[in-house]
Amino acid sequence: MSALTLSPATGAVLKAEFTLFRREPGSLFWIMVFPTALFVVLGSIPTFREVGEAIPGLRLVDVYVPIAILTALLMACLQAMPPVVTGYRERGILRRMSTTPVRPGSVLGAQMALHGVAALASAVLSVAVGRLVFDVALPQQFLGYAVALALSVCAALSLGALLSALSRTSKAANAVGAAAFFPMMFSAGLWMPVQTMPDVLARIMELLPFGAAAQALSQAGAGDWPDWAHLGGGALWAVVLTAAAARWFRWE
Amino acid sequence: MTVIEVADLRKAYAGRPAVDGVSFSVEEGEIFGILGPNGAGKTTTVECVEGLRVPDSGRVRVAGLDPVADHDKVTRILGAQLQESELQAKLTVREALELYSAFYDRPADWRALAERLGLTEKLGTRYAKLSGGQKQRLSIALALIGSPRIVVLDELTTGLDPRARRDTWQLIEEIRTSGVTVLLVTHFMEEAQRLCDRIAVIDRGRVAALDTPSGLIRRASGSTVISFTPSRPLAPADLAGLPDAASTATDARDGRVTVHGSDVTVNAVITLLARHHITAHQLRVSDATLDDAFLDLTETAGPQGAPAAAGPESATDLNGASA
Repeated sequence: MSALTLSPATGAVLKAEFTLFRREPGSLFWIMVFPTALFVVLGSIPTFREVGEAIPGLRLVDVYVPIAILTALLMACLQAMPPVVTGYRERGILRRMSTTPVRPGSVLGAQMALHGVAALASAVLSVAVGRLVFDVALPQQFLGYAVALALSVCAALSLGALLSALSRTSKAANAVGAAAFFPMMFSAGLWMPVQTMPDVLARIMELLPFGAAAQALSQAGAGDWPDWAHLGGGALWAVVLTAAAARWFRWE
Repeated sequence: MTVIEVADLRKAYAGRPAVDGVSFSVEEGEIFGILGPNGAGKTTTVECVEGLRVPDSGRVRVAGLDPVADHDKVTRILGAQLQESELQAKLTVREALELYSAFYDRPADWRALAERLGLTEKLGTRYAKLSGGQKQRLSIALALIGSPRIVVLDELTTGLDPRARRDTWQLIEEIRTSGVTVLLVTHFMEEAQRLCDRIAVIDRGRVAALDTPSGLIRRASGSTVISFTPSRPLAPADLAGLPDAASTATDARDGRVTVHGSDVTVNAVITLLARHHITAHQLRVSDATLDDAFLDLTETAGPQGAPAAAGPESATDLNGASA
């Protein structure tokens, strides 16, 4: 990504987009505050803090940390980012930038970087609150957790980029983003953690990018290296979605 | 020296030609106008110059560079103001100017530009809160911010009030004085007549005429306009027999006669009036305006040339490009 070799012009784009990002209180709330808040609310329910029969050795609140993280990722990449990028194209902002020495891709790169970083910051918040408030153990297999998280970010960003590519208007991007959000959240286990799903359903969910991510994060959290099947599935999704987004994205 | 060269440019959208063999060249330091009815292919033509569109055939060169193959180099010497392009809604004027300054190696001083375009008091205002005229002025400032050698302005003064329009014209003249070549797309005749050294009139994807403003006016039939109110009505046959007259009309309300013709027609009118001992009240002889010349040159297309022309300029163009 060109944003990694920061020329002064790319730096200026990133700075401007960061300024604009801070002016979207709605997005900031849903990405940075809501996932942890939801997790805190669920964690306040006494049964969530007891070790049940559904998941051996774990409380529900333990399981909900990765789910809160995936919620933040999906909020950032499916709900917040596509309308912004599509709006930039719709209103000729990318086109205007094509007439300058800066490639419009730098705006796209800046948007993806900002939403990805915001989601990661939210992830750190969820883990910290889990540890401090509910005594959720920190990820035992830290490297595995980081790898699983990185793959989830890539998959979510590329899915968001694909939605931006396929939506002609920012209204359409809003609708498509919302339509994609709920099934993705279901597969990540927001309503029913994947570990508690019936076997067949859980196997299906593990084939989806965020079901695999939820499993990989749980395993790494518990101290095991995540199954290569989950990591590989997440990576494959990221590659396929990125290729599709690159294939269909239009600058104008 | 030629800085913009367009030769036999062709571009079609979904099989319909929008630009169908346009050729012209712009000399350094010139203000070159592109004039034409809606949908004539003006915007498509300049978008090929800007490198935003890839021509189907023909040759486009900007300072010797191909705007598509050498896009990066062209963007460093060419500033563009696009029709219907916006900025991020929550970006302030100052932030927009700073952002675009950072894109260029040797940018102009954005504070001076903001001052010149009357934006100094709006520096802290977000783009979405600006009036149409303020947005337009900001977009002109951004076209000039890279100290370009060439600036392409598409519908420069649309949305500006008459005073802001005149101020902008003065700014364009100053830019030219500093050695910048200006390619101006417009449908305001007054603007073209006042600013342009030469004008290409584009109609239905072709260059209908290319000349200086006064050359275009001279070229039009009926370039001299004679109008008067006769002391008693003239016989229609007498009016119809005037030599060189392109058109004659009598106002039904006050009997005022308007004749488009040449100097020969003027003499004939005076002789005619003298012969019949008719007094001409409020006799006026004037040159036709660019307006008249424009209508004359593009008349064959019918009113606005709409049905024959290749679609609306911006919306359809965009669809066409992404198809």
